[in-house]
Amino acid sequence: MTPGLSVQNLSYNYGARKALDDVTFIVEPGAFCALLGPNGAGKSTLFALLTRLFTTASGQIAIAGHDMTKVPRRALARMGVVFQAQTLDLDLTIRQNLTYFAALHGLSGREASNRIDASLDRLAIRDRASEKARSLNGGHRRRTEIARALIHQPDVLLLDEATVGLDAATREAITTHVHDLAATDGITVLWATHLTDEVRDTDRLVILHQGRIMQDGHAGTLRADASLQQHFLTLTAEPA
Amino acid sequence: MMRPYITSLRAIVGREALRFLHQRERFVAALVRPLVWLVVFAAGFRAALGLSIIPPYQTYITYETYIVPGLCGMILLFNGMQGSLSLVYDREMGSMRLLLTAPLPRGWLLFAKLVGSTAISILQALVFLAIAAAFGVTTAPLGYLTVIPALAIAGLMLGALGLALSSFIKQLENFAGVMNFVIFPMFFLSSALYPLWKMAESSEFLHDICAVNPFTHAVELIRFALYGQLNLPALGWTIFATCAFMAFALWGYDPARGLTRRKN
Repeated sequence: MTPGLSVQNLSYNYGARKALDDVTFIVEPGAFCALLGPNGAGKSTLFALLTRLFTTASGQIAIAGHDMTKVPRRALARMGVVFQAQTLDLDLTIRQNLTYFAALHGLSGREASNRIDASLDRLAIRDRASEKARSLNGGHRRRTEIARALIHQPDVLLLDEATVGLDAATREAITTHVHDLAATDGITVLWATHLTDEVRDTDRLVILHQGRIMQDGHAGTLRADASLQQHFLTLTAEPA
Repeated sequence: MMRPYITSLRAIVGREALRFLHQRERFVAALVRPLVWLVVFAAGFRAALGLSIIPPYQTYITYETYIVPGLCGMILLFNGMQGSLSLVYDREMGSMRLLLTAPLPRGWLLFAKLVGSTAISILQALVFLAIAAAFGVTTAPLGYLTVIPALAIAGLMLGALGLALSSFIKQLENFAGVMNFVIFPMFFLSSALYPLWKMAESSEFLHDICAVNPFTHAVELIRFALYGQLNLPALGWTIFATCAFMAFALWGYDPARGLTRRKN
């Protein structure tokens, strides 16, 4: 079976500093994979490479079987992204924001409009479609961005610290939503975070630290008897 | 096959237009600047500067008439740089990322952005020409039509310059310096405010700089077009510079170079 997301021997340097060092992991289709790492672990660099903001000569990335180096546009077309920084145009309405994005993926007219409606329904924000993005709170802005990332029906959804700056209840709601996307729609999810409470025992867990993969497995198995928080802190503790 | 290209182009241009509608202050500011030059600066200079009859003019002209094409160029130049500034800002804020992850060639996405900002520049320059006409600074009626393609090419050139610059500026804070080193030399070392022969009288060296400045050629292209004439050398130079700046921009935005590469 073609993996949803495949990262093989990926390395990246900023000058002399190694940001990613031989990173390899595979996410099965329809799986929710949490990418856990402290700040500076290399998550942002990995996301930049996954979204082709920049490229590297060492290593391979494949999105739903499409190689990012050989067929970058096909790979990008199969991928939805929610960036850490908010990327809505605040002066436009939700619908205008989504229409703009749909067009970037070659969708227009009735087809775009139908897909936008479906996407907004899925995130339960269709009733606010004609409001300006500026009038939304942080949680709804995030939901809009997730809805937007789903318009072109991607196989893989990447989220980079999608819950940053949100309150606990909203964080929980969004985490649940995205888990549901993987479970019910079969979308492969890569969820980057530094917050252990967003990871469930049944999730696939990849722990990234100092540019390397430290652990890769099921969250429940990896943490064993400790809480994930404890497990994570022990694993990533700086040597004294 | 071409549909995604056209759809994306329409959306990107449409977004630039909406953004422009939301920033009316910017529109007013962009018009006030050249109008102040036209009304105040030109009045003072008229007395000091004698102009001889040079093409495309067939009679003695007022200084106001002379600087109108240069001020159109000024609008395009400032807009090009403003576009560059907003690109750097977009990049820091993330909306540029959204654009660049679209499954289309980067060159096309950047070109679409350029077309959008140029369309708005042209609109502003036309409004400026209308106001100038209200002040009595007019040209041949047909000139208002023939100037549009000239404004388009000049706008694309200056927009491409802004695009190229934006790819090399890593942070917003560095921007002010670049503006000083680009806008002012480009504008003052050109034929926008004084004809080149006048420049040659004071310094051959400065004249030579002005003669190779692509902004001079953009202004001359507009000047001739305002009288329904085509200045072929100026057209050639402007197109050449547009291609060169665009090539720089593409190189600057090449993912292998690392657009957002930053040392933390």
